[in-house]
Amino acid sequence: MGMFLLRRFFSSVVILFGATYIMYILTAYSGDPLEDLTQSTARNKEELIARRIEILDLNVPPYLRYFLWLGGVLKLFIGQIDLGQNINGQQVTELLAAAAVSTLTLVTTASIISIFLGVMVGIVTALRQYSRFDYTVTFTAFLFFSLPVFWVAVLLKQYGAIGFNDFLADPQIPPLWLALISLVSGFVWMGIVGGDRPKKIKVFLAAAAVTAITLITLLVTNWFESPGIGMFTGLLLGVGAAFGITTISTGLSNVRARNASLVVVGIGMVVWIPFNMISSMVSGILFFVLAVVTVLVGIAVGWFMGGEDKAPVARTSAITAFVMGAIIAIDRFMQAWKPYTDSSYISGRPIATIGSETPNLVGSFWVEGIDAFTHLLLPTVALLLIGFAGYTRYARASLLEVLNQDYIRTARAKGLTERTVVMRHAFRNALIPLTTLVAFDFAAVIGGAVITERVFAWSGMGNLFISSLARVDLNPVMGFFLITGTLAIFFNIVADLVYTLLDPRIRVNA
Amino acid sequence: MSETKGENAIEMKEVEGLSQGKIVFKRFRRHKAAMASIVILTGIILLAFTSVGLDVGTQENKIRVEGWWPTGYTGSNDVIERGVPTLDIFPEFIDGTGVQIGPHPFGQDEIGRDNFARVMRGAQQSLMVMFVVGLVATTVGVVVGSIAGYYRRWVDQVLMRFTDLIITIPIVVIGAVIGRAVGNLGTFVLAVFLGLFAWTGLARLVRGEFLSLREREFVDAARMAGASNSRIIFKHIFPNAIGVVIVNTTLLMSAAILLETGLSFIGFGVQAPDVSLGYLISENQNAFTTRPWLFWYPGVFIVAVALCVNFIGDGLRDAFDPRQKRKMTKQEAKDLRAVRGAKK
Repeated sequence: MGMFLLRRFFSSVVILFGATYIMYILTAYSGDPLEDLTQSTARNKEELIARRIEILDLNVPPYLRYFLWLGGVLKLFIGQIDLGQNINGQQVTELLAAAAVSTLTLVTTASIISIFLGVMVGIVTALRQYSRFDYTVTFTAFLFFSLPVFWVAVLLKQYGAIGFNDFLADPQIPPLWLALISLVSGFVWMGIVGGDRPKKIKVFLAAAAVTAITLITLLVTNWFESPGIGMFTGLLLGVGAAFGITTISTGLSNVRARNASLVVVGIGMVVWIPFNMISSMVSGILFFVLAVVTVLVGIAVGWFMGGEDKAPVARTSAITAFVMGAIIAIDRFMQAWKPYTDSSYISGRPIATIGSETPNLVGSFWVEGIDAFTHLLLPTVALLLIGFAGYTRYARASLLEVLNQDYIRTARAKGLTERTVVMRHAFRNALIPLTTLVAFDFAAVIGGAVITERVFAWSGMGNLFISSLARVDLNPVMGFFLITGTLAIFFNIVADLVYTLLDPRIRVNA
Repeated sequence: MSETKGENAIEMKEVEGLSQGKIVFKRFRRHKAAMASIVILTGIILLAFTSVGLDVGTQENKIRVEGWWPTGYTGSNDVIERGVPTLDIFPEFIDGTGVQIGPHPFGQDEIGRDNFARVMRGAQQSLMVMFVVGLVATTVGVVVGSIAGYYRRWVDQVLMRFTDLIITIPIVVIGAVIGRAVGNLGTFVLAVFLGLFAWTGLARLVRGEFLSLREREFVDAARMAGASNSRIIFKHIFPNAIGVVIVNTTLLMSAAILLETGLSFIGFGVQAPDVSLGYLISENQNAFTTRPWLFWYPGVFIVAVALCVNFIGDGLRDAFDPRQKRKMTKQEAKDLRAVRGAKK
């Protein structure tokens, strides 16, 4: 194993050198970095040109200049990486560091959500293969797959941001739309739950009614102007989540798991008010610590209440704890919504179309969190649609493949419940090919975010790359490429490792 | 299980006495979405290439084939009624004006250029890029993959490390750099270069197929009969790997059209005065509120082409997949549900 890793590592480094060399040459010969200066009318033109040539070593031909750049990169091993300067003399390392953080925020959020949603929807479509729901999702997935991201982005800006902000300014849903939304919700739930005709009709009516009532309640109580969850709804949601998670994770027949989850929800209700009292002091780090503590408490509760089979109970209560914590945190974020939208920086139009933060806005952790959310929303949705489509298809295909295996028939023949068969026997094995895919995709998404960042003026690496490439500004382009290339190779190795860990049939030959 | 046996029997009967090509075609025809996509895609191609005509020949020696649409894609005309589209597909009894095409069916931009002609020209360029990228990438991918998979050892090592090298660079990034470097040489050159970097995924798949196929008996038989290496590769192994190649070529093509439009959008693809669908959207993204038609029509054409190609790819995958089971009839599904229900 160690030998395998070492060999992979060395061949990867060689590959990275080769790839950077190709990129360097291609970029260098793609245009003239002095173009803006030679056409300028500045009086000290000659001087400016001479200075730029000196900073960027332009008198060295590109095929040799690469090695100067490489020398700077290799200083990494003595602890001071030097990626050179851009054409304005700024250090690329600093430019990249700031840009990388905002790109990673965007890409990570979008990837996690699209994996989660995609796998969930993929499972449901696989279980309801060849149903109307399956066909609808398949068509939608193909449609999302065929959408150019920049086109979606402009549509999102128009309808998602401008339209939604108009709606928030005066939250009214015409009765026709209300009916339409309820009907769609009814159809979706009917498709997901499935079953025979009477059951379908019941599900349809229930889902449509619940949607309509919820929307009307939200409108009547002015929820859209000052949203919040509140302790009573929070309790309802928490208990619902406890039951739902237990059903999926261990099955409701596991009384210990159910009780542990309910206890966790109880703990959440107890800390609700104290948490809100100290919440103004919460910072990013403390928030993270609290999140970890929440999950640990969940595990502990499950462990102590687990009886002889501790692990599944602990798992269930930990997930419940996470969801309960999320409910409390979302409630707190929502309380910051009204001060946020009313502030002079926002003036009632919260959903942002460009940039990654509101300039000059300073506020508590919660207000800044909302600001990040409103800016992340549209680019994330744009990235999400495409990723979601892919994961749905893969998850569906993967689960169908597994469900046709003999051991699934054996499991059913043993008389196991459908939940155990699907979640324990099928789903886990279906995830194995998906993990590799996720690892590969993550690196590709960073590259793919280039266009999305451009459209939303997101100050990330992709934007830096495009603007630098347009000016034939070599060093930032290479910096960007070094990061994406390294990540691609890193995730490739991770994918191999994870695969060998998950699937014992695969052995790497050292 | 008796029903599986029954299904197999039906399946066997269905393919009795047919060649592989015929079986695939028969299965493909059953995929309704793919069949509809072929019709729509052919329609779009015919419309795009016949309407505004073609420019063939070289830069110095231009040959122009006129199309049936009277307005060109560069010249400006008088702006009629703010350039609102004159296309009306609703008959008279719905909106009272009747079906008509009018002088500018897709509207005009702010200097009066005909949007229909521009969209058609853009579609030509985008389709051309799609097919050229597909052709070049497939050719290179098949050659590299089959040589690597067939000869193995150091040839395989060298070729696959080279593939790794190119696969490391995200395609959008390579595309942007290529577009910056050769974009001014014309769309065709751009497409060829994009194709030269888009073959990596296919090469890996073909190599995998070859690695397993080359161990099969029919390859030994061919070798015993004295067939040369190139004959074995192209006449014996390659036809068996054709499914993988065709399916992935279609997927590659749908990715190619999105890539080209994306690159043109960020300014590294097709350059003015020529247009592509992505370029048109980039040009008009800020006119969304005043002239939405300039934004909608090119976008709808991109989505339509990409969607059609994706569906055709899906149909082909189903058709080539030997394990693919026919969709159950209603009666069979009912029986199966009854069996499962009884078990619960």
